[in-house]
Amino acid sequence: MTGRGWVLPMAVVFGFVFLYAPIISLVVFSFNESRLVTVWGGFSTRWYGELLRDRQILNAAWVSLKVAFWSANLAVIVGTLGAFVLVRMGRFFGRLLLTGMITAPLVMPEVITGLSLLLLFVSMELTLGWPAGRGLTTIIIAHTTFCAAFVAVIAQSRLRDMDESLEEAARDLGAGPVRVFFDITLPVITPALVSGWLLAFTLSLDDLVIASFVSGPGASTLPMVIFSKVRLGVSPDVNALATIIIGIVTIAVLIVGWMLRKQARAGR
Amino acid sequence: MSAAPGNPLTRSAPWRGTARVFGWLGISGRTLVIAIPMLWLLVFFLVPFFVLGRISLAEAIIARPPYTPLWERDADGTLQIIATLENYRWLMEDRLYANAYLSSIRIAVVSTIFALLIGYPMAYFIARSPEPRRSILLLLVILPFWTSFLLRVYAWMGFLRREGVINNFLIWAGVIDSPLTMLQTDFAVYIGIVYTYLPFMILPLYANLTKLDDAHLEAAADLGASPMVTFFTVTLPLSLPGIVAGSMLVFIPAIGEYVIPALLGGPDTLMIGRVLWDEFFSSRDWPVASAVAIVMLVLVVAPIMWLQSVQNRRELK
Repeated sequence: MTGRGWVLPMAVVFGFVFLYAPIISLVVFSFNESRLVTVWGGFSTRWYGELLRDRQILNAAWVSLKVAFWSANLAVIVGTLGAFVLVRMGRFFGRLLLTGMITAPLVMPEVITGLSLLLLFVSMELTLGWPAGRGLTTIIIAHTTFCAAFVAVIAQSRLRDMDESLEEAARDLGAGPVRVFFDITLPVITPALVSGWLLAFTLSLDDLVIASFVSGPGASTLPMVIFSKVRLGVSPDVNALATIIIGIVTIAVLIVGWMLRKQARAGR
Repeated sequence: MSAAPGNPLTRSAPWRGTARVFGWLGISGRTLVIAIPMLWLLVFFLVPFFVLGRISLAEAIIARPPYTPLWERDADGTLQIIATLENYRWLMEDRLYANAYLSSIRIAVVSTIFALLIGYPMAYFIARSPEPRRSILLLLVILPFWTSFLLRVYAWMGFLRREGVINNFLIWAGVIDSPLTMLQTDFAVYIGIVYTYLPFMILPLYANLTKLDDAHLEAAADLGASPMVTFFTVTLPLSLPGIVAGSMLVFIPAIGEYVIPALLGGPDTLMIGRVLWDEFFSSRDWPVASAVAIVMLVLVVAPIMWLQSVQNRRELK
């Protein structure tokens, strides 16, 4: 190691404190009795109770879950097909275009994606009559598009690492391309698709900017409701909500990580 | 390529009927598979940019939709194209926009440098760690990324405010007498961006540094280089692709950031994403918002191309 003894570990500890201190303080203060978010007034679960009685938040959470579920499903289909086409199909017309289109949403500033998709939906409604108004459908389409990019990255790297001789063997034994894909390729890349689905689901649950542009009246997602609450300042029930979300996500990530590791070990 | 009866696609039963229809139309299964992601992205990713460009040339009117159509028929039936560069001229004339672009670039550059300074030692340490520790540290870096971005930015609101944890701690420790104003400043925006995008900096650096061949380091040491000299002459140059990738992954989204300046920044924190948002949601001027987006797009295209070229080179290796 080039770090002189303690400099490097100190820098690393500082980095992790920086990453985790705000989250930990958020969790601690969610159990605070006092409405003054940063003054400790004793342990209480009062804000969790208020959260469960808040219809607006519960409705928004339901909208967000529906959107995330369908966006993740569609994103896995579009992203996996895109990755498969790029890795396995060799040269075809528009290959370069597809490569660019599938990675660009990863880094495109959200305000641009959101605004341009909204303008597309508005123009389509004027000329084609679809989508009539904006709401769940338009949010799902928008989320699918940017989530597909993330799925494609994961699926591409898995497809590249995959042993192609398995597919060749199946082909030699007379399986058609569709059969090879569903019987050989798909099962092998499934762990990558599971990660991709989960990533797409989380990204969709998390998105505020794109959803704000393309949603319509009556379709507020959870981040939209949270944003309108916290814009005015810190509010204790959002702390409780954050703690619940952080808890669920942490447990889910640990379980999935553990399962993928186990599967990777079994596959070896 | 056409789906002749010998096409293997037609052999798998559930697809036979569909395949026959498409084969009759002269479309092969291969074309069909390519077409699905291609069409989706064309319609929902590429075409929107053309719509954006076209509306940036329109005029704002009070109607539904709130912009002028691209063409109109005259009384005698000839098509007239209505397009104006007025919105772009407006962007040039009003200092607000130029200032917002410049200040976005400044904030993005400073945040990227800080993310690099914090992320590099972490990535280096993790990459050089022995196995069980390495996976755990890597998981700890990725874990916050999976929890809500909005809530993580919100967590800093409680941390930085005048009665917040940092001020309380500093007063308790006797470092300061009266609370510092940290929330609603550019400083808070830097922290928010570095905090949010730190994993994007660490992961490409980590991927690059794990591939670093120990033989290079040993060779340098054998030739008498001190650890410091080895780091600056061997490790750092070799990790340059990781530095570029990580920096671009922080810089590009930071340029267009809206949520972080809206929640952590002050009223005078100008960022172009915020200007676009206000233009759209508050002023309801869709054409000007589109023009702002088009100029922003020009601003991020160069770094995106750079990122892609670095990644393509890595793939070729």
